[in-house]
Amino acid sequence: MHGEQFFFQAVVYLGAAVVAVPVAKRLGFGSVLGYLIAGIVIGPFGLALVGTEGQDVMHFAEFGVVMMLFLIGLELQPTLLWRLRGPILGLGGLQVTITTAALAGLGVAFGLPWQMALACGMILALSSTAIVLQTLNEKGLMKTDGGQGSFAVLLFQDIAVIPMLALLPLLATAGGELAHGPGAGESHGTTWVEGLPAWAQTLAVLGVVVAIVVVGRYLTRPVFRFIARTRLRETFTAAALLLVIGIALLMTRVGLSPALGTFLAGVVLANSEYRHELETNIEPFKGLLLGLFFIAVGASIDFNLIASKPSEVLGLVALLIVVKFVVLFVLGRVFKMGLDQNLLFAFGLAQGGEFAFVLFSFASQNGIIHPEITDTLVAVVALSMALTPLVMLFNAKVLQPRVGTREGLTRKPDAVDQDNPVIIAGFGRFGHIVGRLLLANGVSSTVLDVDSDQVELLRSLGLKVFYGDASRPDLLTAAGAARAKLLVLAIDDPERTLSIVHSAKKHFPELTILARARGRANAYDLMDAGVDHIYRETLDSSLRVGIDSMRLLGFRSHQAYRAARKFRRLDEDSVKELGSMRHDRRAYINRAREMIRDLESVLRADLTGVDHQLDSAWDTDSIRGESSDRAPD
Amino acid sequence: MHPRKKRILILFAHPALEKSRVNRPLAESVTNLDDVTLNDLYESYPDFDIDVPREQALLAGHDIIVFQHPFYWYSTPSIIKEWQDLVLEHGWAYGLGGDALQGKILMNAITTGATEATYCHEGRNHCTMRELLAPIEQTAVLCGMEYLPPFVVHGTHQLTQSEISRHAADFRRTVVALRDATIDLDAARRLDRLNSDLTEVLGD
Repeated sequence: MHGEQFFFQAVVYLGAAVVAVPVAKRLGFGSVLGYLIAGIVIGPFGLALVGTEGQDVMHFAEFGVVMMLFLIGLELQPTLLWRLRGPILGLGGLQVTITTAALAGLGVAFGLPWQMALACGMILALSSTAIVLQTLNEKGLMKTDGGQGSFAVLLFQDIAVIPMLALLPLLATAGGELAHGPGAGESHGTTWVEGLPAWAQTLAVLGVVVAIVVVGRYLTRPVFRFIARTRLRETFTAAALLLVIGIALLMTRVGLSPALGTFLAGVVLANSEYRHELETNIEPFKGLLLGLFFIAVGASIDFNLIASKPSEVLGLVALLIVVKFVVLFVLGRVFKMGLDQNLLFAFGLAQGGEFAFVLFSFASQNGIIHPEITDTLVAVVALSMALTPLVMLFNAKVLQPRVGTREGLTRKPDAVDQDNPVIIAGFGRFGHIVGRLLLANGVSSTVLDVDSDQVELLRSLGLKVFYGDASRPDLLTAAGAARAKLLVLAIDDPERTLSIVHSAKKHFPELTILARARGRANAYDLMDAGVDHIYRETLDSSLRVGIDSMRLLGFRSHQAYRAARKFRRLDEDSVKELGSMRHDRRAYINRAREMIRDLESVLRADLTGVDHQLDSAWDTDSIRGESSDRAPD
Repeated sequence: MHPRKKRILILFAHPALEKSRVNRPLAESVTNLDDVTLNDLYESYPDFDIDVPREQALLAGHDIIVFQHPFYWYSTPSIIKEWQDLVLEHGWAYGLGGDALQGKILMNAITTGATEATYCHEGRNHCTMRELLAPIEQTAVLCGMEYLPPFVVHGTHQLTQSEISRHAADFRRTVVALRDATIDLDAARRLDRLNSDLTEVLGD
């Protein structure tokens, strides 16, 4: 009954997430803590709904981290990454070396042989990419100094895993078999490069990296375009997953971190028009897998072990957090972070990371560290991870209000390259005119369109156009709707326009919406949905045809023009008025009849020249009627 | 006893405000003043489709009307002429029953590129400002309004930032004095240019 077992597991994990996360969010704890608590509750020491297979689930769910790094890569323009090179190498490099040295020193002081102490120090120097980035993202802190610093350190740690895997076997004291390090997150399996001489391995690794860059730059675009043209959403999703999983597999096979590989692929695709669509497709998988991962971490905390020697385990957790915090805090000072940012940075990264689980099992299998030590340290790491959301909460709720606001007020908001003030949905016959007029006046827009050929063409002309369906709120988020001022809806499908309006009004109430309407009925719907700026798509050009028709029939241009202007004003007024009463059918019909009569009489009056309301200034009848010599001209 | 406060309507016309050096600070100096309404004509009517009932209601609700604008071809920017043509209707502003503006005050607040010295019979422009502004003065007279000497900032091309700030402050003082009715109208009427001797007019 394998299938049933699987469904049971799925129900347990999904149920735990669905119950715990909204509760945690409501209580202001953030989703990570919710997942962790859910994991503890359903784990062997809670309801015991999941047993030791939680470990396997964790290894599987670690793929969420890989996806997260892909998404982070997508957000990171290569130029931005280049600007971060200082923090990555400096801050990250110093954090890893100093923390390793400090922890190894402590290990020696506790009486471990130096090799074992060094191995423990290296492994514990790593922090949890999953928890930190998820929390920072959720709170919108990624673009702050502290967030950028955290990201730089985590990225360096991801890279550092590779040399660590190579170094660890050299520290073996028990004579464990020397194996070439498999990629992180993949503690078993073989690589293609095993047994090759070192230079050939290096060459293979470089080759794969170059291949990812070249393929990402030149091959993905036509492939995605081809797929997008089928207009089948699931095909695109499949392609996106294929890309990420394929790269992860490839990287593992050459002995690199899959997270690093997908991150690289993400950076390469950061300028692609399919960026937002890729983000939107991968995002739910990433979220689910990461959630699963956090649950698995919660479920894997070994409370028996903790209960058997509580003071030792808790003491080690406190020691780990304090040492990491101090190193990070001092580095933050050296790198001139403000106090509020530095606290965020130091508290955020002061835990053990998910790589530790992999590396500890690798180390104990290879006889580098005694299994009883690794068991204890795995529990310590898991606990430190579980404590992170609480520590960050403490920082945000207790410490930041005392120190943060002072510097927070004087700091200017960070400028983000991608944040355009205008988002245009639909760049066809209608939207492109809006976009071009804005661009000609120095206003850039983020453009979303579902026609892949159109997108390709426009991008080849150097415009920033992205492929994607704006009726999905997550895509709007990816396009920067939270920071834009205007949303121009220029698509020609009234149903979709309305659904975008509904989701934009709900998720981004600050956005001003300018919507194209097909006709009156559609305009009413948009009014009901709360859109202030509504444009019936054919009104202006029909009026121009009307003006030219009048001129060709012998009317004076100015007269035809003024008549059209008047017509338009009355017509728009009538749309507004009728829109407000259209649900009362009888009132609507009566008023509509009345208004048509009004319009007719106004226009007729204009022609015969007796209407007072229209252009009485150029009407000399009243002056002629008054026998006065005081009138001008 | 304090005289009643006046309500001031500034009809502001600058077709390219984004390029304005002097008119913008002048206008900004009087925004946010109580009882002063700044009506930005080019902003309200980019297509010259002037809303006559709205403009007439504004005029009726104020006591002092100021045309603030740069001096174009010895006159106002075109939208003010359009505004006059449309808003000052026969039977409303003048003519039989046309007494809506009776007793109000009209004046100009003008900037010119050329220096004051050029605006005289011997100068390059051959006419004084008051001669050139005769059509507006006569418009005021026909509508039963009193026309006050203009507030003029001459030689705008040569003005330094600090001089511009000084003119803006002067304009604000003038508008405030008009509003609070603390201005010496008799002294003002004797001047060619209202801001040629503000100490005298404002009595400070």
